[in-house]
Order: sequence, then structure tokens, then C-alpha cells
Amino acid sequence: MRKIRLAKDRIARYLMLGIAIFTILFLLIIGLSLFFKALPIIREKSLWVLLTSVNWKPFKGDFGFLPFILSTFYVSLIAIIIALPFSILTSIYLNTYASKTICRFFEPVVDLLSGIPPVIYGVWGTLTIVPLIANKIAPKFVEFSTGYTVLAGGVVLAVMIIPLLISIMLEVFRSIPQEITDASLSLGATKWQTVKRVILRKSFPGIIAATVLALSRAFGETMAVLMVCGNITQIPHSVFDACYPLPALIANNYGEMLSMPSYESALMFSAFLLFIIVVIFNGLSRFTLIQIEKRYQF
Amino acid sequence: MRIKQIEEKIFKVIMMGAAMIILGLLLYIIGTVFYRGLPALTLDMITKLPGGGFYLGKEGGVLNAIVGSLYIILGSLAISIVISVPLVMYINFYLPPKSIFSSIIRFSLDILFGIPSIVYGAFGFALMIYLGMRASLLGGIITVAMLIMPLMMRSFDEVTRLLSRDLPDALLSLGATKYEMTKVIIRQMVPGLITAILLAVGRGIGDAATVLFTAGYTDNIPTALNQPAATLPLSIFFQLGSPVEEVQNRAYASAIILTVMILILSFSARYFSSKFSKHKI
Repeated sequence: MRKIRLAKDRIARYLMLGIAIFTILFLLIIGLSLFFKALPIIREKSLWVLLTSVNWKPFKGDFGFLPFILSTFYVSLIAIIIALPFSILTSIYLNTYASKTICRFFEPVVDLLSGIPPVIYGVWGTLTIVPLIANKIAPKFVEFSTGYTVLAGGVVLAVMIIPLLISIMLEVFRSIPQEITDASLSLGATKWQTVKRVILRKSFPGIIAATVLALSRAFGETMAVLMVCGNITQIPHSVFDACYPLPALIANNYGEMLSMPSYESALMFSAFLLFIIVVIFNGLSRFTLIQIEKRYQF
Repeated sequence: MRIKQIEEKIFKVIMMGAAMIILGLLLYIIGTVFYRGLPALTLDMITKLPGGGFYLGKEGGVLNAIVGSLYIILGSLAISIVISVPLVMYINFYLPPKSIFSSIIRFSLDILFGIPSIVYGAFGFALMIYLGMRASLLGGIITVAMLIMPLMMRSFDEVTRLLSRDLPDALLSLGATKYEMTKVIIRQMVPGLITAILLAVGRGIGDAATVLFTAGYTDNIPTALNQPAATLPLSIFFQLGSPVEEVQNRAYASAIILTVMILILSFSARYFSSKFSKHKI
């Protein structure tokens, strides 16, 4: 009887260990398989050409990813620029000013915002942001714009990353010891002065980490961006130009292009690129956040 | 002296404004979807399959997409629960607290969580080609399982970490093996597990990029694992791309269906997690 119990325990332990090891290896498996799928095109064109060429003519064998990389970069940058002030202000408000009731009320708001599916954001973007840009904002700056633009992508993405930014920043602010803020307040500083001189300064690494994390989320967002960005292969020259981010490129073309091995490999290359950038960004910011959490754990 | 009080007031107003704008955005998004979708939302939408000429504005509904989404999410839930629960138990109760191995696992979960759904979609599709599968229900289930597993593990892990060590210690001191101990502990963790499941369902059911290549699309309800399956997000996306206005209106109506599903999931997750914190030992 005792032996059976112990044997069961041992079997369970090894099974669990197997799952644990597989979880760690899974990251490697995804990365390697994407890399090997992308290898033919890297061999054919060299990495430098792929990353810096602007020629995208898959049927002639030209695969320049620069327009897509720049589109992704611009859209994400606009999203961060819009989202960051809102998120910082809101999370400071929730952390230092708001009463418990307001905080409890705001939690589901942030949860719901982060739970809304990308497609719904896309629908909302095409219904509100796109016409707004086409009819109201763009005519003041340029002659004509369809509204399906870098700016539209940036605005929709900004709304999508705000909940992520807020929830991480709240955690970062909470990790600041209460004694420090109390000391500042007891010396006669106002709450805002405490926020400005103590809290923001203390949580600066955390805010950077949250920003990088949100940026990597923005890089990979597909459906919403696909629906509002216009998807025209070009390097956007203003925020009122259409653009074509990397995830949208994969979503629009992958699956149909299996008849052309080099095209398939090129799309896999873009998936690999996305994977590498996101893993590096994520790794760095998560590492920073874990360090912050550790420092203030007693 | 005066200046700092004025500054305080100004910034407080700005901050409240920012918070109000974010609340307003949520209402605006949900409001827009409901405003445009409600006129087209009929009972037919949720009870009928797409009829002939559905995509030209004739009658029918999106039952195929609703059922397809449910099949995919249920299948991927089954896979991810079977893998997530043992893993979370392992890192919390088998490994010593503060072990390096468990931090490495948690770190890789964090990174897996951050990988975009389109990358999972592309990887899943490459895997299916390698295995000789076509776009099918099974392909969708596997890919969505990859997407939701890190989220489920992370949120389940978070509640499990909060469990006090008393119960495991008491069980062990009574002579239970660790395996018997986890069987008891899991019962304590059910509300936390339900919250994790609901969060994972919310993410999985709304994601389109993972199922775009792997599950395919069909007007019928799949009856076997190797048949393609429609999904709600893709159905919204395809209907929205139609030039016919009635079809576009139906996309908004389908968006309401999806939004309501997400709202229900989110609120029940909240309900279960509050229940959990009440009955924690």
C-alpha cells in the first residue's frame, strides 16, 4: 500500500517535471521553428537587404521589409505617445488621490478595457476614429486622406495598451514603501510634490519597463491595426498616410501563399522578426519588474 | 506657499480628467458597438446558420460562428487545464519556495504571455503543415490552447501563491505524499481556477489572428475534428469587409454578441475571484 502511494507520487512528480521543462523549451521550439522556416529567404537575400530594402514585389522575388518595419514602428510610437500620459496620470490618481470606492470602481473598468477583443477595437476604430480623421482632422493638414492611416492605427492601439500600462504602473507604484511617501508628506510637501519628487523618481525604472512591455504588445497587435491602417505597402511620410504593419502583412497573406516557397519563407521571416523583438523587449522589461518587486518584498 | 497649492489643484483636476477619459472611452466603445449593432440584432442572428446569399444581405445568422467559437474554446480549455494545473501545483508545492527553477518557469510564462497571437497563428499553421493537417477545428483548438495557456497558468499561479502554507504543512505532517497533498489543495483552489479559466476564455474567444489560418472558415457547424470551423471574431471581420450595407450591419450585430459574451465572462471572473478572497483560509 505504502509503495503504491509513493510510486504514484513519483510518477506525478516526473510528469509535472516534464511539463515544466516543456514549458521552458516551448519558447525555444517556437523561435527555432520560425527561424528554420525563415532561413531560405535569409540565405537567398542576406539579412541586411531584407531589413533595409524598400522594394516589396513578392512575385518578382523582391522582399524588402523596411516599409512594414517602419509602419509597425510609427504606429506603435504614436500609440505609446498617446497612451503614456493618460496611463501615468490615471494610475497616479488611483494610487495617491482616489478613495477606496473609486479604486474599486475603476478596477473592472480597466479589466473590461483589456478584455475587449481586438476585433471589437477594430470595429470601433472604423466606425469612429477613421471617419473622424478623414472628415475633421486630416483636411486641416493635408488635401485628402481616407482616414485609414498611421494615426488611426496609433489611436486604436493606444486605447488597447492603456489597460496594460495602468495595471503594471499601479503595481510599480504599490511597490514603493509607504514610509518614503509619508516622510515626504510630513515634511510639508503637497501630494503632487510628493508624486513629482518622490514617487515618479523612485518608480522611473518601472515606468520604463511598463512602457517597453506595452510597446512590444503594440508591435504584435494584428486584427485591430489591420482594420484601420489602410494596408498599402509604402513608407508613410506623414501620420495621414496609410501604412502596412508587419502583423497585418502576415495576416493578409499567409495561408494563401504556400505555392511560392520564397514568399512563405519571407512571411515566416516577418513572424520571426516579430518574435525576436517581442521576446527581447518582454524579457528585459519583465526582468526589470521582477527586480523591482524583489527589492521591496520583505 | 500659494503656488504649490495651486499646482496641486491643477494636477488633481488633470488626473481626474485622465481617469474620466479612460472611463469614457470604455463606455464610448461599448456604446458605439451597441448603437450600430442593435437595429440589426435579431433572434435569427443567434439561432440560424447563414442562408443562401447571406453575404449578399439575405437571411440567416451567425450560429456557425458562435458554435465554432465555443467548440474551439472548449477544446483548448480542456488541453490547457490538463497542462496548467499540474504545472502550477509543481512550481508552488513540489519545488522549494524561491527555487531558481520556478523563477525560470515563471519568467518563460511571462514571455510566452507576451508573444503576439499572430506569431502563435503562424507557428500553429507551420506546425499543421508539418503534420500534414489542413485548416480544421483541431488546428484551431491546438493554436488557441497555446495562446491561452500562459495566461491561465499565470493567473492560476498568482492565486495559488497567496494560499497560506499552513494547509500544505498540515497535510504533509499527517503523512500525506505531495501528490495526495495537491489533490486536497486543488479543491481549495477551485474558485481561483475558475477565475483563471474565465480570463483565458475571454482572451481565446475574442482572438482572430490565431484562428485565421488554423481553423479556417465555414458556413456549417463542424461535426468532426478535421473539419474547418467558423469563429465569431473572423465572422465579424469578414462581414465588415463586405460592400453590402446589410451585411456590414450584421457585423456590428455580431460584435454585440461577442461583446456581451466578454462582458459576462469578465464579470463572472470578478465574482469568482471576490468569492475566493472571502473563503480563503
